[in-house]
Amino acid sequence: MLRFVIKRLLLAIPTLWAVLTTVFVLVRVVPGDPTIIILGDQASEASRMELRQRLGLGKSILSQYFDFMGQILHGDLGRSLATNRPIVDDVLAVLPYTIELTIASLIVGTVIGIPLGVLAAERRDGPADWFARIFSLAGVSFPAFVSGILLLMVFSVQLRWFPVISSANAADPLERLRALVLPSVNLGLLMVAYVTRVTRSGMLKALGEDYVRTARSKGLPYRIVVWRHAFRNVLVPIVTVVGLYLGVLIGNAVLTEIVFNRPGIGKLIVTALNQRDYTLLQGLMVVSAFAIVVANILTDLTYGLVDPRVKTQ
Amino acid sequence: MTAIPAPAATAATDGPPLIVEHLTTSIHVGSDRHDVVRDISFSIGPRETLALVGESGCGKSMTALSVMGLLPAGVASVTAGRIVVDGVDMTAAAEAKRESMRGDRIGMIFQEPMTSLNPVLPIGFQVGEALMQHHGLTRKQARARACELLERVRVPAAADRLDAYPHQFSGGMRQRVMIALALACRPRVLIADEPTTALDVTIQAQVLALLADLQEKEGLAVLLITHNLGVVASVADRVMVMYGGDVVESAPVAAFFARPTHPYSSALLAAMPRIEGEGGLQPIPGQVPTLTEMPVGCRFQSRCPLRIDRCALLPPLAAVGGDPDHRVRCWVRMDT
Repeated sequence: MLRFVIKRLLLAIPTLWAVLTTVFVLVRVVPGDPTIIILGDQASEASRMELRQRLGLGKSILSQYFDFMGQILHGDLGRSLATNRPIVDDVLAVLPYTIELTIASLIVGTVIGIPLGVLAAERRDGPADWFARIFSLAGVSFPAFVSGILLLMVFSVQLRWFPVISSANAADPLERLRALVLPSVNLGLLMVAYVTRVTRSGMLKALGEDYVRTARSKGLPYRIVVWRHAFRNVLVPIVTVVGLYLGVLIGNAVLTEIVFNRPGIGKLIVTALNQRDYTLLQGLMVVSAFAIVVANILTDLTYGLVDPRVKTQ
Repeated sequence: MTAIPAPAATAATDGPPLIVEHLTTSIHVGSDRHDVVRDISFSIGPRETLALVGESGCGKSMTALSVMGLLPAGVASVTAGRIVVDGVDMTAAAEAKRESMRGDRIGMIFQEPMTSLNPVLPIGFQVGEALMQHHGLTRKQARARACELLERVRVPAAADRLDAYPHQFSGGMRQRVMIALALACRPRVLIADEPTTALDVTIQAQVLALLADLQEKEGLAVLLITHNLGVVASVADRVMVMYGGDVVESAPVAAFFARPTHPYSSALLAAMPRIEGEGGLQPIPGQVPTLTEMPVGCRFQSRCPLRIDRCALLPPLAAVGGDPDHRVRCWVRMDT
């Protein structure tokens, strides 16, 4: 297992390098002079020169590239153009909110999605199956900003169970948890949709496999046949979809964070876009890319845990 | 292969471990019912091997699944008859009772060793699992017992391989693991559904020898499902030939090979490849009719060279050659 972990971590290095290079190139192939975009076309030549100096745009592309890589290796993402604060500080300030939202929505998604998928497969074409299919179809079809507003209207405005204005940064942990419920349900429902579908189709296949027949021939109770023998084999596709979902989450977190007015990486991205804070945006691209690479590593390591065939190959 | 004592001597004390009476199993398609096993009866004593022989789709696997109680739910079911395993009427018992019999009093090994073991569970656990379920062993006790069982089926270095997974085993080794798994609770009945079909010929012989050896030691009643007449000749005591869900011939193995009587049995033997002899193998003309176009009466009539008008009526399974143990379902061949 240790060898598998080390191998997987080493494999992440070229991926990260490629991602960082892509970010670097993308930012530079965007047409237009960044100083005009940042300062506006009324800016004086002197102030533009000064900015160009500060951004290091005067140097050759190659030395810009090495500066960029060197900074990132030192954990430095540069300074925000709008506020002149170190970007790393801005990111670290909101990162816990994004992480707690991600984890909470993962829990919502799996805790609801997996049993629903298993139930749907067991009662194929029965009422439970139809419910799960319609529910998951609705889940994928609903944009996060629509479902978010609906949730707010029902549970915050009408029922007053949860705060309308987010109290995510409250000191009281209970209050913070209360503020987390609706956003994580909103993001989680989307994941429920994916997880239910994958679990259902995986279980339908697994329940027809020879090893399930073997398990039944041992006289095991139905529950054990379903969960220990069939479901264990469906974990691989479930882990895959959860891993992919982590990427989808980053896009949807933007909308959810705006609708629920939560601090987070998504909100920061929107702020950067609005203020044309080009260095902050570049830093956030790097952070997002990192997050996805880390999510992929975690997914692969989980494969090793759920499928013994992965380790030995 | 092994000298087997007359089953009647041991069976007389507490009855044969497996009795099947007038079993009919049907597949349900919409509101239609198609009998895939029709009115078959047999019993198997301790240390006795009954071979069910026939082409694919003749109902032999359906018979095995009926006895095991593992017919696919909602698709097929036992519609008539009685199955008695170790004195318990499985057809009358509640599902909970049947569950407690499966894996404990009756075990089964399957055709495909490559797919019949769970790929994500360790071998040792899979072998010992039934013991935890039926005999209340702890995980540790079951593991120790699994190790003994794997040694019994001659898996080399069994103790080191308890934590290995099926993909680390060869086909022959996996089938040994399957045998250990099926025999974990020391059942009285073992159903072996094409246990060697997926294996190399040399491995086939090893697995069959192992099965015969374990059968002798454990006093197992074995129901062997196969289409391989060579296997039948080497391990079976009695043969039942099935065609289209009917038993068409039932005989002690020696009598069957000396005098195959039903036209389908003769055709099966003629279709076997041989080294010596003239002519080479003779394929049986035509195909097994599909479920919906099964002829009324004898189901082999559409391919039978001896067909007469009377074949439109289903013949009884009647004695042949004055031997009550050798019976055939054929108007032409039965004693008159």
